[in-house]
Amino acid sequence: MTVATRILSGFDVAHRIDGSLSGAVVEATPEWAEVHAERLPEVARFLHDDPELDFHYLTSLTGVHRLDHFEVAYHLQSIAKNQLGVLKAKSWNVEEPQLPSVVPVWRGALLQEREAFDLLGIRFQGHPDLRRMFLWEGFPGHPLRKDWLGMPGDRMSGLQGFPGEPGFDNQGRG
Amino acid sequence: MQTEPLIVNIGPQHPSTHGVFRLKLSLDGERILDADMVVGYLHRSMEKLAEERSYTQNIPFTDRTDYLAAMTGNLAYCLAVEKLLGVEPPPRAQWLRVIMAELQRIASHAMAIGTFINDCGAWQTPLMYMFREREKILDLFEMACGARLTTNYMRIGGVSRDIPAEFMPRATALVKELPDRIREYEGMGLGNEIVVARARGIGVLTAEQAINSSVTGPMLRGSGVAWDIRKADPYAAYDKVQFDIPVGTAGDCYDRFLVRLEELRQSTRILEQALEALPEGPVNLDLPLAIRPPVGESYGRIESPRGELGFYIISDGGPSPYRFHIRAPSLINLTSLKEMSVGLTVADAIVVLGSVDIVVGELDR
Repeated sequence: MTVATRILSGFDVAHRIDGSLSGAVVEATPEWAEVHAERLPEVARFLHDDPELDFHYLTSLTGVHRLDHFEVAYHLQSIAKNQLGVLKAKSWNVEEPQLPSVVPVWRGALLQEREAFDLLGIRFQGHPDLRRMFLWEGFPGHPLRKDWLGMPGDRMSGLQGFPGEPGFDNQGRG
Repeated sequence: MQTEPLIVNIGPQHPSTHGVFRLKLSLDGERILDADMVVGYLHRSMEKLAEERSYTQNIPFTDRTDYLAAMTGNLAYCLAVEKLLGVEPPPRAQWLRVIMAELQRIASHAMAIGTFINDCGAWQTPLMYMFREREKILDLFEMACGARLTTNYMRIGGVSRDIPAEFMPRATALVKELPDRIREYEGMGLGNEIVVARARGIGVLTAEQAINSSVTGPMLRGSGVAWDIRKADPYAAYDKVQFDIPVGTAGDCYDRFLVRLEELRQSTRILEQALEALPEGPVNLDLPLAIRPPVGESYGRIESPRGELGFYIISDGGPSPYRFHIRAPSLINLTSLKEMSVGLTVADAIVVLGSVDIVVGELDR
């Protein structure tokens, strides 16, 4: 009666991308296909519009810090064809990682990219509203990075007192 | 004359925001020009904490993300780790998972419906009726695992312990009683002119918008897309039960409300079958508490009461996850908050937010 979601292998996705956008794929594994960061907008548009893959639905977007690079994994779903594929893109700039935003293609990335920016510091170019989400403006660093070990200068997170009290340091959320 | 929009903050402490959530509305008179949300008041950095704890130690975090549906949180995480390990829990555990997940869905949907009616203006009384059935479900959870809200019941490779002897008669009695109760809820909601008048045609989301904004769960189904992970990508024993996916037609707040009401019935139907089918046998694979999954990654997902709850876990072969990401439906369903509320009034925005059914613990993590 019920048919489980078909998990597309990275080779299938990569092969399909290669057919139309040659040179965009960096690597394909059984689990995912990785594409060049600068080709990401056209690849995203292609995956969205391609009738065979039909990835109209961005299920999940995850940023990962891999010490020498940052990667973002896109879990893409086709609702009509019930198939799932995984796309990845990497940024090798460890200090200021940058990737093109996929919000123009999938609006569902709006808050998920903001989350990845907030917690990992990945700058998504072309995102219409890239701000911190969970942490406040001025929070030192991006805590989900592997090299983030604590607040600099022995600062504690959160408020150190009540706003307006003597000695209250208004650097936090206030 | 020069005019400028008026900014109105709703929350963070406000009963209509269902938690510490701040809704920032720009208004022209009573009309909403822009809606923004300010979140993070409940951010506990679970994704970072989980990177320092063992796979089993992370299960309690999943209770505390969506605290109205702890069982489904447990289930999604355990499913992701089981995928990573390549193990399958025994049949009794699979069916117990279905029973617990559906009980949890009824408890959570009852809250969603109750607070929604509350937001529409039927102040508190209907909500108290919903609490009545939720209490009974929480009693069942207490029987099974000793806790009512933060259940920590599922384990990697099964569930933590078998249900006691008194569980089945109580659960069966509850399932028999539920159809009458659901009819009562329906009367309180649909029979209430104010609820219908305030919810109909408000916060419309077309199927296309819903898909493009990655909206899931009753919101997506309210917009007419028959998408349910329980059917599309069956987990536990959902491939062995019969149920229907209710869908809406207009995609407004009223349809989301109707979808949730009908899902109560479908969950009761699943429970009837699951209580009947529950096989004997072990409930756990008895995996060691400290595990080291092979290097790799997995994405485990389920249909939680709020939508697709996914756990993306990356293992580097160590005792704790390298990356632990929660795909939180409460957060992602809010992507379309602005589209839904622009042009409405402040009072409508409360109804729209109520129809999304957010849990701030899951939103902020």
